[in-house]
Amino acid sequence: MREACDLVVVGAGPGGLAAACRAAEAGLDVLVLDAQPEPGGQVWRSEARKGANRLARRWLTRFAASGARFRPGARVVAAPEPGVLLVEEGSSSFAVRYGRAVLATGARERFLPFPGWTLPGVLGVSGLQVLVKDGLPIRGKRVVLAGTGPLLLAAAATIHAHGGEVLYIAEQASAASHWGFALQLWRHPAKLLQGALMSAALISVPTSTDAWVIAAEGEGRVESVRLSVRGREEQLRCDYLGAAYGLVPNLEVARLLGCETSAGAVVVNERLETRVPKVHAVGELLGIGGVDQALVTGELAGLVAAEQPIPVELERTWHRVRAFAAQLARHDAPRAELRRLATPDTLLCRCEDVPMSALEGCQNLREARLYARLGMGACQGRTCGTAAQTLFGWSGEDVRPPCLPARIGSLRLPSDVSSTHARES
Amino acid sequence: MSAFDCVIVGGGIVGAALADVLSADGMSVALVEARSIGAGTTACGMGHLVAMDDNAAELALTSWSVSLWRELADGLPRAVEYDACGTLWLAADDEEMAAVSAKVANYRAAGVRAEVLDSAALQEAEPALAPGLVGALRVVDDAVLYPPLAARTFALRAQARGARLMTGCPVRELRSGSVVLSNGEVLTARYIVLAAGVASPALCPGLPISPRKGHLLITRRGAPVVHHQLVELGYLKSAHGTDGASVAFNAQPRVTGQLLLGSSRQPGDATREVDAALLERMLKRAAMFLPGLDGLQALRVWTGLRPATPDGLPLLGPHPEKPWLWLACGHEGLGITTATGSARLVADQLLGRTSAIDARPYSPARFLTASSREVAHA
Ligand SMILES: Cc1cc2nc3c(=O)[nH]c(=O)nc-3n(C[C@H](O)[C@H](O)[C@H](O)COP(=O)(O)OP(=O)(O)OC[C@H]3O[C@@H](n4cnc5c(N)ncnc54)[C@H](O)[C@@H]3O)c2cc1C
Ligand SMILES: Cc1cc2nc3c(=O)[nH]c(=O)nc-3n(C[C@H](O)[C@H](O)[C@H](O)COP(=O)(O)OP(=O)(O)OC[C@H]3O[C@@H](n4cnc5c(N)ncnc54)[C@H](O)[C@@H]3O)c2cc1C
Repeated sequence: MREACDLVVVGAGPGGLAAACRAAEAGLDVLVLDAQPEPGGQVWRSEARKGANRLARRWLTRFAASGARFRPGARVVAAPEPGVLLVEEGSSSFAVRYGRAVLATGARERFLPFPGWTLPGVLGVSGLQVLVKDGLPIRGKRVVLAGTGPLLLAAAATIHAHGGEVLYIAEQASAASHWGFALQLWRHPAKLLQGALMSAALISVPTSTDAWVIAAEGEGRVESVRLSVRGREEQLRCDYLGAAYGLVPNLEVARLLGCETSAGAVVVNERLETRVPKVHAVGELLGIGGVDQALVTGELAGLVAAEQPIPVELERTWHRVRAFAAQLARHDAPRAELRRLATPDTLLCRCEDVPMSALEGCQNLREARLYARLGMGACQGRTCGTAAQTLFGWSGEDVRPPCLPARIGSLRLPSDVSSTHARES
Repeated sequence: MSAFDCVIVGGGIVGAALADVLSADGMSVALVEARSIGAGTTACGMGHLVAMDDNAAELALTSWSVSLWRELADGLPRAVEYDACGTLWLAADDEEMAAVSAKVANYRAAGVRAEVLDSAALQEAEPALAPGLVGALRVVDDAVLYPPLAARTFALRAQARGARLMTGCPVRELRSGSVVLSNGEVLTARYIVLAAGVASPALCPGLPISPRKGHLLITRRGAPVVHHQLVELGYLKSAHGTDGASVAFNAQPRVTGQLLLGSSRQPGDATREVDAALLERMLKRAAMFLPGLDGLQALRVWTGLRPATPDGLPLLGPHPEKPWLWLACGHEGLGITTATGSARLVADQLLGRTSAIDARPYSPARFLTASSREVAHA
């Protein structure tokens, strides 16, 4: 099966939706692909059904009216040649031939290993928030959150709103960095984050900066956590622990296409063009910047793709949110103590059961991979590769297809794609 | 300036195996590797330890090497994943089945255990295979392993005997009696061995080694799909053409429950990128043999460069025009297998010992003397 379009958008979060709206409204034939069953990405998950968030409602309505086509449950798994993507959709697959592409694959949480981090009941911060939004029964459950940045507070607000008892919020950043950053927030159009900050204040959860999890403990699942709080150790009994340290961009599709990356983000010019012709990157791929950055860069890329003039106001907004992203990156940078929590038998790679001790003598990620099977498993190193980068300063390896595990059948080329290149044996 | 009996340039499986043997013989050895041990072609190979009978010299080296691996097996860490699963050479038609009887005789003459499976026996041994295959040749003692860790094991054993492991140390120049590292450091040695795989000609211009690119695919862990290393006999037809790209069905069970799938050959191609059209041909071919293939979960596809020589045999021995330089390179698609035998042959020559097999067919002199070059040009 085959699809063709002027513009393919990978990812239907705010970045992808904004790009699709702008380009489709200008008359391009736009195809939007997302691995999830509904549009909205990480932040507007299930808003298509609930419609509680005004901004989300506005964009989702606009998207529905834009004329862009949407394929839910469509995972981009390979890029066999310029202008072609291979997509797995349920038990079938198809190829997309595109004129231009906007990559809007968003971000994932950064997990750093500590003793007990793989116990059931220990999740990411936003991961736990997503589960609660999706219906995890949390009423009356005791929750500890440890991480960094505004998402920590957003998660606390959601859990609180669903009846969970948030016992403690541990923010790893130092007090100076954190409050300096919080004050800056008011200068930015990050309404959602401001709201989160306020609600966290309103629910009056004990919160501390300079605080992080030392260990999670329990028989068969988490029963308690030990925290380091401004140099003191505290123990709390709990049912869930959300622990993750900020976000990192999902660079796999971009790197598969050959886009240049630098300092963990895709390199783009003022027109959001990557170094690969006709391929744009938006949203979290440019460095973590949240919804506002996703929307404004998505709109810009959609307009550029459709060869439309760029409103000056939009460019100004972009420069503002870029400054915010830079501050966020400084605030969220994991502190040194977080790199020393894991003990020799703490797992670093949970797909392949690789403990820290197995990395003895390894000098870089490639050696860890070759000698200890780090990142050789089903998550393809998404979790442990990121952790190893933070822990040891190791840089990432090349992305090889498929960029997500996929049926071999989904990597097969439709005949009209292969015919241009294949030589007969 | 450091002095050694022997400096080995290149820490792939070949250089590492040699360091293991020479250090066991009491030599002082430096193993100098530009990046990491086993991270070159060795990390890309399939790890099939296979007796191959294209010609007598190949059979002699591969069958001896497989038996050396078998002797080593008990001492290898589990993570090296040595698994004596044997090989099934699959016959798709009567012509290929006819070739099986000749091969059985060949193997048995070389002391390699081999037997013929008819269609029913094959189906019973490998139920995942497509029905309708005519039969197979089973080579009992062939095995598989995980090459980069095998190389690392050799290197660490040598290190434990006092050898110096130098990783992240590219060699810039080879001289009579010394090698110069890219940082300017000079290592002196009585013997200098070049074991830099496809990169060998960069340090010794004129070596008849060229890249022959291959693709592999690995699946996620799951129930074992196949139980032997499977290779199509048609491989003999497709794999050894000298021009153009070719593919052949090649499937390997890993002890992790993963299926490793090969392979392709692109002579002269030194690029690293996955060639989607060739991968498609490889998968299409494999799906003919394994009808359930398309439903398996692929985890990763990668490529590697085989160091190919014109006659498919490695270069083992002194360089005829630079007697101070020893060669252990050009192992093409069999270097994991033949690393053990190659290491012995080179060590025996360095130490003036007689070897278990005749070393002459692998002598670099067959290409690198004035007369051999004239023959090659004629
Ligand atoms: C778990 C999680 C929860 C978050 N919750 C919040 C929150 O509550 N509030 C907040 O302000 N911010 C939240 N964020 C931050 C969020 O990243 C940004 O606010 C915003 O969603 C970024 O928009 P985006 O368009 O760049 O990416 P996203 O919204 O992340 O959208 C990316 C989309 O790309 C899709 N995708 C990725 N790879 C592929 C592929 N190979 N094939 C097909 N589709 C693919 C994903 O399914 C996803 O839907 C969260 C982040 C994470 C990781
Ligand atoms: C797809 C594929 C499948 C294969 N399958 C099999 C199989 O099933 N069975 C089998 O037996 N063989 C197989 N092979 C072949 C096998 O992998 C090779 O023959 C073998 O790895 C060659 O080993 P080597 O040590 O000579 O080379 P390499 O492993 O490449 O080692 C050479 C080393 O030299 C280093 N080096 C290069 N230049 C310098 C320098 N200037 N200074 C210092 N160091 C340097 C490199 O970094 C490298 O580590 C396969 C190969 C491929 C590509």
